[in-house]
Amino acid sequence: MIKSFRQRFRNWAFRRTVETGTVELNQRRIYILPTRQGVGFGFVLVLMLLGDINYNLSLGYILTFLLATASGMSMLHAFRNMAQLEIRAGHVEPVFAGEQAYFVFHFNNPGTLTRHQIHLQDDAGHHTVFDLPAQQHTEIRLALPALKRGWLDSERLTLCTDFPFGLFHAWTYLHFDVRCLVYPKPSNPQPLPDASAQDGNGKLPVTGDEDFSGLRNYVAGDAMPRIAWKALAREQGLQVKQFVAQQGRTLWLDWALLPNIAQERKLELLTRWVLDADAQGLICGLRLPDSEIAPQNNPSHRTECLRRLALFGTGAP
Amino acid sequence: MKLTAPLIYGLIACLLLVSAPHAEHLPIWVSALSAVLLAWRAYLTATANSLPKRWMLLLVTLICVGFIALSFRTLFGREVGVTLLILLGSLKLLELREVRDATVLIYLCCFVIITNFFYSQSIPTAIYMLFTLLVIMATWVHLQTGNIKFMPRLRIAATILLQAIPLSILIFVLFPRVQGPLWGMPQDAYGSSGLSDTMSPGSLSKLTLSEAVAFRVTFTGKPPLQNQLYWRGPVLWDFDGKTWTRGRNATLQRPKLDRVSQPVSYTVTLEANNKPWLFALDMPIKISIPADFAPDFQVLNKSLVNTRLRYNVTSVMDYLANLEEPPQQMKRALKLPEGFNPRTRQLAAQWRSQYPSDELIIKTALAYFNQNTFEYTLEPPPLGINSVDDFLFETRKGFCEYYASSFVFLMRAAGIPARVVTGYQGGEYNSYGDYYVLRQSDAHAWAEVWLQDRGWVRFDPTAAVAPERIRNGLSAAMPNNAALPFFARTQSPLLLNLRLNLDAFTNQWNQWVLGYDTERQFAFLTRLGMEDITWQKLAMNMFGGVALLVGIFTLFMLRRLQLRNTDEIQKHYQQFCKKMAKVGFERAPHEGAQDFANRATGIKSQYATAIQNITAQYIALRYQNQHDASLLQSFKSAVRSFKL
Repeated sequence: MIKSFRQRFRNWAFRRTVETGTVELNQRRIYILPTRQGVGFGFVLVLMLLGDINYNLSLGYILTFLLATASGMSMLHAFRNMAQLEIRAGHVEPVFAGEQAYFVFHFNNPGTLTRHQIHLQDDAGHHTVFDLPAQQHTEIRLALPALKRGWLDSERLTLCTDFPFGLFHAWTYLHFDVRCLVYPKPSNPQPLPDASAQDGNGKLPVTGDEDFSGLRNYVAGDAMPRIAWKALAREQGLQVKQFVAQQGRTLWLDWALLPNIAQERKLELLTRWVLDADAQGLICGLRLPDSEIAPQNNPSHRTECLRRLALFGTGAP
Repeated sequence: MKLTAPLIYGLIACLLLVSAPHAEHLPIWVSALSAVLLAWRAYLTATANSLPKRWMLLLVTLICVGFIALSFRTLFGREVGVTLLILLGSLKLLELREVRDATVLIYLCCFVIITNFFYSQSIPTAIYMLFTLLVIMATWVHLQTGNIKFMPRLRIAATILLQAIPLSILIFVLFPRVQGPLWGMPQDAYGSSGLSDTMSPGSLSKLTLSEAVAFRVTFTGKPPLQNQLYWRGPVLWDFDGKTWTRGRNATLQRPKLDRVSQPVSYTVTLEANNKPWLFALDMPIKISIPADFAPDFQVLNKSLVNTRLRYNVTSVMDYLANLEEPPQQMKRALKLPEGFNPRTRQLAAQWRSQYPSDELIIKTALAYFNQNTFEYTLEPPPLGINSVDDFLFETRKGFCEYYASSFVFLMRAAGIPARVVTGYQGGEYNSYGDYYVLRQSDAHAWAEVWLQDRGWVRFDPTAAVAPERIRNGLSAAMPNNAALPFFARTQSPLLLNLRLNLDAFTNQWNQWVLGYDTERQFAFLTRLGMEDITWQKLAMNMFGGVALLVGIFTLFMLRRLQLRNTDEIQKHYQQFCKKMAKVGFERAPHEGAQDFANRATGIKSQYATAIQNITAQYIALRYQNQHDASLLQSFKSAVRSFKL
């Protein structure tokens, strides 16, 4: 209960809008508080000071003050370890549910000082530690588990450091408008459905020898009969005739024809089939209750299909 | 943040550094055991062996604590505390499993440093402390970062330490001092050495072997002559045939001085000696701290002097002391133990009948010492039961306590009230610090005799035997091979200078660092121009000063963050652009150097050659990789001389 209250307080106290573009860390964004070890060390210092006063140890006073001011200065060092960093969110590759989503951040350290032991973590405790060399751009990837299909928001991340003594904790919150597209988890391999009869539009082009489809440059190993001698005679170089065979099979991955299973299972199954069809080079279309994608076979088609499946029913674009 | 081998070695080094100074006063088995434990840990780390089982460590810990309790007979007190801390620290190292354990160990190391200051707060100790602190901080940084190499780690630690030094000096000066102690101090807090309140043959000569400083004196005006510097300590009245003791004063009457003249003012900084007496020149009339004047002119502190103590005294060099001594005291000053030293008594009786006046008898006694081949030596032959007889008639070799003792015995035997005064005589002048330093080797004993109309008068029989002792100090009176402390022997001027310099430095350290108390703080800050010093004001000044210093540090520290590396070529080209911009000709961000130059020459044709020249050189240097020192030079001078 206290924990949730604390969390709510934090959310309120440190509320910030989502960032776009490059964030530069300045004193307004960096918070510093002593850690538990820091408080403990303060207690040790008080004990030492009492001893100094009681026994009138002048050198003890000096030692106590040295330790106290050194730990005080460590606060400034903690701040400096983060100040003036420039951070920009990078492109996030889509992943399948159950995999790790890698959020990419580009850190620029413009100063002549190496930054040590910077932690980047989310509220759930997933984190990565890194150093940032002086005057360099560094790419940092934070792995977050992608559990559900749809958009995975990085949420608010914490960038923090305990450098140099662990007595003070300096941190800042980062909430970039980056999200990772999480495709549904492909189900276990299932045989592709038969080519659907109602529609004959989607034919899978397979390189064959039925219809002439064009010329291409000769590659060592091409069969002699295929060489376009006429083209050679026209001094167009050595070329090879290409033919396309129509397999006569179209593949529709249709939501309506799936057995009566849970919605998510259906999506997982469709994901599996999209992947398999793409791998086998089949022309296939995707028909969902609310949309339809015309049959095609290329990477962007595959991406589009997976995207529709990922976002199905979420209302997100 | 893993407990890697280099980190473990760092922690071992920390623990070794903080406990090493304790080795000399810890029980030998504790030092040995700690060393073995540390070595064992180093071995385990080097061979990547696993740590001993927890129950085993617990057993070892319990056994150790048991042994400590047995050998100290207590588990409370400072010595025991330090011993326990060091042993437990070494044991903790053997069960280091988490980063947290290492943090605790580092805190412990910081704490153990402070315990060493019970034993020594000298300058070398301070330097050693700084070194230890550097190692601890470097290990601490290592603990937090793990992957930083040794040198950068050391640099980070050194930076923080160097920033902390001026800050702590500021706080040290301004921190409101609380006059301790806050709670009772254990008796074992202080060592004791120095003059005691008894005197027997050999006691002073033993003390003379020590070169430890007893106190230091700064005179406000012109210091008196060396042979007048009699620093009065315990006054001894009672004699049992061998040992002189203070006894009990039979009166509470305050001592009285008449016809005083030649006042001298000075400040004494007395080292801790765990005794109540304060030392002052014959005869003190005023002292700045609350102290008692005993009826025999001895100055006694209200409590034992167990920290370095500073006080101002005014003494008079010419006086008549206690012209009216109460009869009980007179009786004490004549009392002799029955049955001892018959020959001395006989001699005294003979003098008594021979000479009518006390003065003549004293003169005769001093002449007796002077004319009968007495020898002033640190190694006198042993004396029998009639110690005064043996000394006066047989051995005739002795140190100042022999002379003082036998002189007073002679006086009392002749019916003249007399007593022994112990203290220090002379002192070494340090011209570098303009003060006198009195060492234990300056311990001395002399006699006081009460005379009608003159009161107590000082007579120093040692001066009759070895006048150079009084004039020039102990080393002048001793043969060169005498077993004097190294420093008390006269050596080459170089060594002497070095020693005086060192002592002057130590004195400054004692006065300004170790003796920096409420009073010193007040005086120092007043001299700096601060008025109405209250603790609130001190605290405000302290925080203000700290804030200022931290602000300055921040400026310097954050500068390195913004320092963008513009090379020399770029810098000069930008200067050129700035000059152009001044006449309203600005280079657009997208504009190349050549385009800019072309645009510029079109309008400012009279400068065409200069602009084109600079641009061509810039392009050659920057884009055509012509790293030529002479070209760079000509480019720079061209930019510099370019004027519109």
